[in-house]
Amino acid sequence: MELLLFGETGWGDELLIATLMTLAVSITAMLIGFVFALIFTPLKLSKNKFLNLIANFYTTVIRGVPELLVIYLFFFGGSSAIMFVASIFGYNDYIEINAFLTGAFSIGIISGAYSTEVFRGAIQSIDKGQFEASNVLGFNKVTSFFKVILPQMLRLSIPNLSNVWQITLKDTSLISVTGLVEIMRQSYIAAGSTRDPLLFYTVAAVLYLMLTFLSMKFINKMEIKYNRGY
Amino acid sequence: MDFDLIINSFPKLLSASIITLKLLSVSLIIGLFIGLFFAILRIKNNIIFGKIAYIYSYIFRGTPLLVQIFIIYYGFGQVEFIRESFLWIILKEPYWCAVIAFALNTGAYTSEILRSAFQTIKPGYIEAGRSLGIANKIIFYKIQIPIAIRQSLPAYGNEIILMLKGTSLASTVTLMDLTGVAKYIISTTFKPIEVFIIAGSIYLFITFIIHNLIKLLEKKYSF
Repeated sequence: MELLLFGETGWGDELLIATLMTLAVSITAMLIGFVFALIFTPLKLSKNKFLNLIANFYTTVIRGVPELLVIYLFFFGGSSAIMFVASIFGYNDYIEINAFLTGAFSIGIISGAYSTEVFRGAIQSIDKGQFEASNVLGFNKVTSFFKVILPQMLRLSIPNLSNVWQITLKDTSLISVTGLVEIMRQSYIAAGSTRDPLLFYTVAAVLYLMLTFLSMKFINKMEIKYNRGY
Repeated sequence: MDFDLIINSFPKLLSASIITLKLLSVSLIIGLFIGLFFAILRIKNNIIFGKIAYIYSYIFRGTPLLVQIFIIYYGFGQVEFIRESFLWIILKEPYWCAVIAFALNTGAYTSEILRSAFQTIKPGYIEAGRSLGIANKIIFYKIQIPIAIRQSLPAYGNEIILMLKGTSLASTVTLMDLTGVAKYIISTTFKPIEVFIIAGSIYLFITFIIHNLIKLLEKKYSF
């Protein structure tokens, strides 16, 4: 038990920092995913067949291929792609990109595919009259999207986004293969140096359970808040 | 694009996908029984058994699959009495550790899918059975289970695809499945894009087949 204490001899403080790191990666990935979703949702809903194809390709490939494979692609391919671009500008040294950014970006692309599907479903379930009303009032497309559609879309997608958040939170454990010190990696290091894997992986499981439990509580509160008046 | 690499690594990846499929099918079959067992515990109105089933499904759905595999593969090997018992014959093999972790994980999700399917069965079906004088056991096997299976097919299809993606984690406990071999080729040739395209297409192909099989079953059992 003293292995979990804070300070020089215990792993408590390291695990606490690792938990914060997991949380930071998950939130960054979720936000990157939102950016992707906001790009691909309009493509998915557009009447143009070609744009549809691009968006469907993105969501199908990402949701059909294991997360680990996507992470390997960016982990091994990311730095060489950047080095290739840098070599065009005459910079030939080895560039190592940050493990945090690679991880957040690869998980972000994955969560973006799920968020796209969630947003698409939410927009499609908004009453048609809302679109027509904003049209009649003379809003242009951008205003009507940000002022009329987006607020309703967010309210409708909260329950499904909470699922995406859970998936994203759990997927960040896979970034440990790239060496970023989050919960899983820290437990691996601790298990290796104390030869007590059962204890540390159980602690990791408990930490993940705590994160999912607390975020569910938070999301439920948000859901109640945004459903006032409905 | 290195086309030689694509041609050379394709057969290797294809033979590795057999291990992926084996892992998937074995853990799905075991997981289905685990899921059915815990779903039945949940719908019977016994508070203690219901709580146990709830905690099981909460723990396995709330933690990453990677943690579960590591606890079983690295963690259990440390415990003295497991190493000395007959369980060690199974738990020393990474293959069986992976299968146990996958089966318990998919079992938790399956129990949730089946539970909600059982709960959405209209009480009228069961009452109709009772008024015909059919025994409770037979109502359960001949009315409730077939309807629940039909109801849960679409959700279970998603679960199979999620599990297919989950089997890639077997590569973290030294198994050479599709992802394991793909990672090995990437780290020896440093050509991630080519390998990703082939391995990704094999995964997508398997997903496509599963998706269509489930659709076919849905059509066959629709009413």
